[in-house]
Amino acid sequence: MHLKNALRAASALTLVAATGAIAAGHSPTITIATVNNGDMIRMQGYTDQFTAETGINVEWVTLEENVLRQRVTTDITTRGGQFDIMTIGMYETPIWGSNGWLVPLDDLSAEYDVDDILPAMRNGLSHDGTLYAAPFYGESSMVMYRTDLMEKAGLEMPVAPTWQFIREAAAAMDDPANDINGICLRGKAGWGEGGAFITVTGNSFGARWFDEGWNAQFDQPEWADALNFYVNLMNDYGPEGYATNGFNENLSLFNQGKCGMWIDATVAASFVTGDDSTVADHVGFALAPNAEGIEKRANWLWAWALAIPAGTQQEAEAKQFIEWATSKDYIELVAANEGWANVPPGARTSLYETPEYQDVPFAQMTLDSINAADPTDPTVDPVPYVGIQFVAIPEFAGIATEVSQEFSAAYAGQQSIEEALEKAQAITNEAMEAAGYR
Amino acid sequence: MARAVTSRRKLINTGIAWAIGLLIFFPILWTILTSFKTEAQAIASPPLFINFDWTLENYGVVMERSNYARFLWNSIIIAGGSTILGLIIAVPAAWSMAFVPSKRTKDILLWMLSTKMLPAVGVLYPIYLLFIQLGLLDSRAGLVIVMMLINLPIIIWMLYTYFREIPGEILEAARMDGATLKEELIYILTPMAIPGIASTMLLNFILAWNEAFWTLNLTAVDAAPLTAFIASYSSPEGLFFAKLSAASTMAIAPILILGWFSQKQLVRGLTFGAVK
Amino acid sequence: MATKASRSAARVMMAPAVILLLGWMLVPLMMTLWFSFRTYLPLRGGDLGWTGFDNYVRFVTSSAFWPAVQTTLIIVLSVLVITVVLGIFLAMLLDQPMWGQGIVRILVIAPFFVMPTVSALVWKNMFMDPVNGIFSHIWRFFGADPVSWLSDAAMPSIIMIVSWQWLPFATLILLTAIQSLDSEQLEAAEMDGAPKVQRFFYIILPHLARAITIVILIQTIFLLAIFAEIFVTTGGAFGTRTLSYLIFQRVLESQNIGLGSAGGVYAIILANIVAIFLMRIVGKNLDN
Repeated sequence: MHLKNALRAASALTLVAATGAIAAGHSPTITIATVNNGDMIRMQGYTDQFTAETGINVEWVTLEENVLRQRVTTDITTRGGQFDIMTIGMYETPIWGSNGWLVPLDDLSAEYDVDDILPAMRNGLSHDGTLYAAPFYGESSMVMYRTDLMEKAGLEMPVAPTWQFIREAAAAMDDPANDINGICLRGKAGWGEGGAFITVTGNSFGARWFDEGWNAQFDQPEWADALNFYVNLMNDYGPEGYATNGFNENLSLFNQGKCGMWIDATVAASFVTGDDSTVADHVGFALAPNAEGIEKRANWLWAWALAIPAGTQQEAEAKQFIEWATSKDYIELVAANEGWANVPPGARTSLYETPEYQDVPFAQMTLDSINAADPTDPTVDPVPYVGIQFVAIPEFAGIATEVSQEFSAAYAGQQSIEEALEKAQAITNEAMEAAGYR
Repeated sequence: MARAVTSRRKLINTGIAWAIGLLIFFPILWTILTSFKTEAQAIASPPLFINFDWTLENYGVVMERSNYARFLWNSIIIAGGSTILGLIIAVPAAWSMAFVPSKRTKDILLWMLSTKMLPAVGVLYPIYLLFIQLGLLDSRAGLVIVMMLINLPIIIWMLYTYFREIPGEILEAARMDGATLKEELIYILTPMAIPGIASTMLLNFILAWNEAFWTLNLTAVDAAPLTAFIASYSSPEGLFFAKLSAASTMAIAPILILGWFSQKQLVRGLTFGAVK
Repeated sequence: MATKASRSAARVMMAPAVILLLGWMLVPLMMTLWFSFRTYLPLRGGDLGWTGFDNYVRFVTSSAFWPAVQTTLIIVLSVLVITVVLGIFLAMLLDQPMWGQGIVRILVIAPFFVMPTVSALVWKNMFMDPVNGIFSHIWRFFGADPVSWLSDAAMPSIIMIVSWQWLPFATLILLTAIQSLDSEQLEAAEMDGAPKVQRFFYIILPHLARAITIVILIQTIFLLAIFAEIFVTTGGAFGTRTLSYLIFQRVLESQNIGLGSAGGVYAIILANIVAIFLMRIVGKNLDN
């Protein structure tokens, strides 16, 4: 009797398992590597809808940004084939695309309306005119400031401030007794963190990474000007320990009401005006600053985009997902559920033509900032490279990380600005020689 | 009189030891406390100790966002599998080194330990390429093997030092009585070696559980253990202390509980031959 | 005692472990050696051919090399000193009679069970954060300016985090050793009127020599390879770049496998120098 029951149970189990296997066989599964940013986390919440619509299962590998980069780069360079979709940025896309590692996204459906993607984003995610990654959201940088503190200080933020004005405003808003820093900026080492910020600051002071012969330019006075200005500004009116502050640290400072101004990614706008923010009702926006007389502003350009590694078995399904996640419909889905302020910004022209979205306080400034950034002409003096806060060559991530570490050490007062610049010059030239540019 | 002195000393000892113990434990305690706060409370100034509204919200968010059970299961399989596989290979090796030592035994042991000194980052590409060839990427089997190999020298070393403490006379007596090698192993050595084996298993399990380079770089979905789970909470946008604390608590709780229940075993066997 | 038969049996029993470890050592080592002599740039088309000793020269002449070696040694040595000294103190304390000894022991060994990544994250965000960290609250409470731990005192901070993780291990081993100390011997010394300090230096410390050696050996192996603690906290900035972190930067950030592999070979050489040095001591201490 017992045995019979056991047998029955066993065969039932086998049956269940077998059905499961068959079901799994019928519905393909795609694996997506992504970064743990808010918009991606939100997207994961809606995956069930995608699966319901298409029958395609989605497995998420969500990693912190640095770990993600390390993980997907290892996999793509070795053709590991672990992922069907990778979340990458504007830096990786053209490099990987030119190596033939990404599936070109040149046959997206008419309904998807690829021409609706903002031109700046589309250019940045293409190589030789072919789109290799679809932007999930895009960003530039801009000034976010506390309107209440500005008013108290008796100042008015212009639409397009200069660095000199920023300094003046920081001085006026700085209030150590009440735990308010005049300004919060990134100082954290890493090419995508403080490295990106100081590079655009450099651009807005007329500096550049390389001259047309790929010679490092850190020995030029523009860099010394930019760095001195930044360090003085932060030492006078910045928060404690700014040399380790990145996007997240500053976001949490600003949300706690501890910053008068913050110049950072435009996507931060929805966070500082969102539920987590204690200052949500008092935030104004302005274009990223420039130094007096310099035509370039400290605007960067970035997109987190979805790309398909060449060689995946699930190319069609992966494309289907990308079309879904970066579509107009997805934006509407998020808008319907969480409000227009929370949709992924900066990717599509049509979004900025939507009347409801135009009412979002930071929408226009985000678009203007994105349009103010031109990766093909990032600096005052001519450069041999494309990219604003980065240089689109494979060696850049490594070089810029080391350079930004030297800068951060200067921010922390462990070396002088001159020393940091000298080391940056040496590191960069050393690496460029190793790579055969010079 | 003498009694009074000792109890006073005992009191002082107790006071100092508890103070230090709590100080050392505090970061873990604080993580656990923070996991029950809201994000705003987690950064409140001055910090809140227990006078806050305890909430399970963070655990809810983490459970909803991540497939915790799968990460946990993978951690158990990888740590457990590598431990068992390691023991199967290490016990005979350690046994023969301890009881049939040759001139080279010590050299072999030290050489084995030296294989642990290969910097993992330096060989990431070779191993990754090898794993692609062998089809082992993102497989539990692959990670079980790697974890086993990484910890094998430590296991052998621990078992060796433990076996050496078993008096040889007992073995000789058994042999005189006509015990075969197999019988010797099963009936005499094993029972005597159980505390050593138990603590070796524990240590290896802990080391494999906490390893965060290979487990992160060689996995994606199917084999990703808790170290990968943590990597998705480590520094997202916005406030995250409370959610990070909840995720951290979930990642370390199983091993902490295991460690606490078995700390006597661990202490007894974790001598590495330090005691003679 | 050992017969010929048992010798060959012993060899058979050792074979799997030896073969596996030999493979685990040789295969990656050979591949690393091979890559180290090649220009291997995955982002520039992969393996671009033979390059002789260029990678070796470049790695060792880079301005980052010697500071990295120095940083590595400083971290290893500092953590060793801290964990051994505090470990002896803690072990002696835990050996004393007290109430709730079991619980205290649990509290003290707990950090050993925490993943390095988690402990680095917790220390960095919840303790050392200059604005919201506990330390900054304490500093402010006493009217002092909060310290930016991970930039102004990056090395001490990392040494502290790593020491916190390894102190339990040292304490455990030293505690077992102290517990095995012959109490009669100590009592005799006490009767003779030997002062505490002398008892410590002439009886306890020599007794612990072996355990200390073990602690140093095992910890060195793990400390030479620490990575997560630096990756999470400073990313190698502020003078905390160890040799293994430098290799990581070359391999993964600069995507120069050849150069990174040459670095790997140097790291192996460094590890072996340390190992030979250690094993001299260990071998001596373990034999007697």
